[in-house]
Amino acid sequence: MSLLAPDEWQALALSLRVGVLATLLSLPPAIALAWALSRRRLRARALVEALLFLPLVLPPVVTGYALLALLGRHGPLGALLAEAGIVVAFRWTGAVIAAAVMGFPLLVMSIRVAFDGVDRRLEAAAETLGAGAWRRFATITLPLSLRGIGAGCVLAFARAFGEFGATISFVSNIPGETRTLPIAIYELLNTPGGTPGVHRLALVSLAVAFAASLLAMRFMRHAAPAGEARR
Amino acid sequence: MIELALRHAFGDFRIDVSLRSDVRVLALFGPSGAGKTRLLDAIAGLFAPQEGRIAIDGEVLLDTARGIAQPAARRRIGYVFQDGRLFPHLDVRANLRYGLRDGSADVTAIVELLGLGPLLARRPATLSGGERQRVAIGRALLSAPRALLLDEPLTGLHAEARAQVLDYLRRLKRELRVAAVLVSHHADEVAALADEVACIEDGRVLAQLDAAGFGLARGGAPATPPAAPPLA
Repeated sequence: MSLLAPDEWQALALSLRVGVLATLLSLPPAIALAWALSRRRLRARALVEALLFLPLVLPPVVTGYALLALLGRHGPLGALLAEAGIVVAFRWTGAVIAAAVMGFPLLVMSIRVAFDGVDRRLEAAAETLGAGAWRRFATITLPLSLRGIGAGCVLAFARAFGEFGATISFVSNIPGETRTLPIAIYELLNTPGGTPGVHRLALVSLAVAFAASLLAMRFMRHAAPAGEARR
Repeated sequence: MIELALRHAFGDFRIDVSLRSDVRVLALFGPSGAGKTRLLDAIAGLFAPQEGRIAIDGEVLLDTARGIAQPAARRRIGYVFQDGRLFPHLDVRANLRYGLRDGSADVTAIVELLGLGPLLARRPATLSGGERQRVAIGRALLSAPRALLLDEPLTGLHAEARAQVLDYLRRLKRELRVAAVLVSHHADEVAALADEVACIEDGRVLAQLDAAGFGLARGGAPATPPAAPPLA
């Protein structure tokens, strides 16, 4: 197709892949953390919440630098990983990690709101019917939260798809490896004659964002009934 | 045999109850806010009193003095909540089967007994109040409970549904052997179902009467159940 140049397709495909993988990767820990925040009395709650919000409030470039310092070849974690033959800095896998970190707070918040919305009295009813904690979670809490979880996934995907600051400082701008769609746009902006490419990619971003937004609204509007309300 | 001894203070309100009963249906009768539902929650394991001992047929569910507190999931208490609490994302069949233990109860018999056959594929949101309550009763019975707790099972139903559910409850009493604790603030309901009545007020047992005594205490002839219309 000639809608986009080959390297533009590459950037789009990379961003989609990063967005999807980052969301799937963060989903299990996000569900676990959201459940703990919603259902458990945590002694360190304030600290956990502050840490959770950090990627939202910190300049993304700083988050990216922190990832580089931690996971780069000479970072404490990166050195360990390197010994095991795993390198993430300046690789597309690193872009997934950066995007996951940036989307994580949104995912946790949405899922937590969904868990909070599940009627605890239904869980108590399940308990009297012999359901232990896992069964209550799997058969009551989780199914009644699916829409909220879906909305959170869309938000996290969109955040990951458009991630720029943390990605560029952690994995830089390597064509075909870490040049995601936003980074490709930035690159084109700095290239003489790049304007048509900028327009094309901006249009593609708009389409993806719009689709994600529609999907998120759909999930939110049909938010599952939070249990059987009092008649 | 139900043995119940509880003490708990919520700020100004205190529960201090001691009860023992070996009838089929024990009613806890008293005004709203007397602490009746709290007692049921304590039996079911959904509320942990500061001090107490609860035993059913010799099985100790709670004994704070000995550090025993079985979790709700292991107590095998069938709880019919005032607000139904059917699982909204499951159909009636799945709701009924939720607490089913292997070979513990005969689904067909219970479905038959409560007239639930035509409702099995429906979602709780599409049921009437009386239907919902019957499903809730069936769900609790199918978990093969040591005892059934009924919290105001007829409250919130219109007159016709009330009479109908009451009729089903009488039928259960006739045909099943499970012991039940009924919480109610309606004397006619209590008179219709209970073998023994504990009058509860302000968190304490004022009196424990047998059914005949309860009828007399109400200032009339010994209670006779009001006539109910035939089952639909």
